[in-house]
Amino acid sequence: MTEPVLFTRNLCKRFGALEASSDVSLDLRPGEIHALIGPNGAGKSTLIKQLAGNISPDSGSVWFHGQDVTGLDTIARARLGLARTFQISALAMQHTVLQNVILGALGQRQAALRFFGNIMKNKALRAESEQVLDRVGLLEHASTLTGELSHGQRRLLEVAVALSLRPKAFLMDEPMAGLGADGSARMTGFLDGLRREAPILLVEHDMDAVFTLADRISVLVYGQIIATGTVSEIRENPEVQRAYLGDGGLE
Amino acid sequence: MSRESLINLLILLAMLVVPAWAVWADEPFILTLATKVAILALAGVGLNVALGLGGLVSFGHAAFFGIGGYAMGILASHAQSYTALMEWPVLIEGTKSMPVIWLVAVVASGFAALLIGALSLRTSGVYFIMITLAFGQMLYYFAISWPAYGGEDGLSIYVRNGFPGLHTLDPLQFLALSYGVLFAVLFLVSRVENSAFGLALDAARQNSDRVQAVGIAPYRLRLIAFVLSGMITGLAGALYADLNRFVSPTMFSWHLSGEIMVFVILGGVARLFGPVAGAALFIGMEHFLGGISEFWQVFLGLVLLSVVLFARGGLIGVLAPKGARHD
Repeated sequence: MTEPVLFTRNLCKRFGALEASSDVSLDLRPGEIHALIGPNGAGKSTLIKQLAGNISPDSGSVWFHGQDVTGLDTIARARLGLARTFQISALAMQHTVLQNVILGALGQRQAALRFFGNIMKNKALRAESEQVLDRVGLLEHASTLTGELSHGQRRLLEVAVALSLRPKAFLMDEPMAGLGADGSARMTGFLDGLRREAPILLVEHDMDAVFTLADRISVLVYGQIIATGTVSEIRENPEVQRAYLGDGGLE
Repeated sequence: MSRESLINLLILLAMLVVPAWAVWADEPFILTLATKVAILALAGVGLNVALGLGGLVSFGHAAFFGIGGYAMGILASHAQSYTALMEWPVLIEGTKSMPVIWLVAVVASGFAALLIGALSLRTSGVYFIMITLAFGQMLYYFAISWPAYGGEDGLSIYVRNGFPGLHTLDPLQFLALSYGVLFAVLFLVSRVENSAFGLALDAARQNSDRVQAVGIAPYRLRLIAFVLSGMITGLAGALYADLNRFVSPTMFSWHLSGEIMVFVILGGVARLFGPVAGAALFIGMEHFLGGISEFWQVFLGLVLLSVVLFARGGLIGVLAPKGARHD
């Protein structure tokens, strides 16, 4: 078996009496989309934050590319090639779309501490960033201010900035959030092709997208992973149906 | 050309026309006033790097202004009394040379900004404002209680320091020198704004999470911006001391920190020429309204209030709204 790109070992995180992560062991293998689902309050966001480095676990460890990154912050993990997209778009709203992607490329090259030379006239960076924008279909909006983009376009730009990092793994927190049917379908199509470049850990509420995309699904309930398996395994798992979906079952 | 560049060009033109008129009309005081505007604008340009681009509301920039001023005062006072600044372990003498004084002012205020910034930038928001204010006040009281350099009374320097090839006591030549420094710094700042660093710093101001998520440390960006900002304001302090040939603890006072901030806000936060427009407006009001009423600051208050309420972008923001900006 190939070594997982990203995995956790026995992560535990408590907030007072609330057990947000309870002995969570999860892995992301090369070339796959691994979806993390669970009802609201199950601890998905807490888990994502521990993977990205925003909060540190009480116990357990996070491994990325064969390295224990538990003690590293978000900045260091991003430098190692962990690209994260946010549930609520976190972009420089007063910058143009292209500037946002160029920021990602600067991060990837560790070239932010250059004080001279007009960055917007850097041909190599520009060409590379425009190519990324073209891939997500935002090239025609390159010089639009990000604050003027529609919600769906911002979601795509989030992904574009992540792409510009040329990451070894993606951590995507609800990329479909707030997208209409069209937008969802478009994003689904895009992510489908993306897994060949780098595996994606996908937290998502949109079940259509999850069932279309996921190679494996993990179900998180009350901070615990109650099941991990392929789409059909998860669909048929009675415990998942009971805990997560009430009586309706997975549709 | 964007609208803002056009406005900047007009400001530049006005900066040249006013002294030309003053020479023609034989009004040397106007030259001194224009010099004061240029030097205070420089202090504002410094603050604007931290405030405008970095989003760092420093209420202690008088610290750097004062350090620049005292760099001049201390070096020149030793030179005029023919005493050494330090004899052991190495002999350091005072100097009356502006370039040397500027260098000392820039290095000293940069170093102070590094220390103050490294501590202050661990906080944000109101705490950042208060901690920078506290550092400024610390230096203020230190200057007051330091008898070697005049204490509360300050230091007088009898002859303005020299610059190679210039007769600095001539108002027009000193004005030209101050303009030269201001324009050189404006050019450098505009380069930095458009650089990779400028883009990342501006992004960190808008969304710190985003910058961290691409693997760039906002703290480092902000610290560099703060040091750069302090250096420029320190240089302005050295020039200001030379303009007045006098240094006193008031250069360190929080009142002055506030005034520098007013230049930036009046003219336009994060606009290259904002502090220039702001300082010109402020000094203009002080001079002309001050002639009419000693309560001129009431009018200043009204202007400031309307800028904050109705024109967040300051003077330049009103004349050239941000939407019209190109990349």
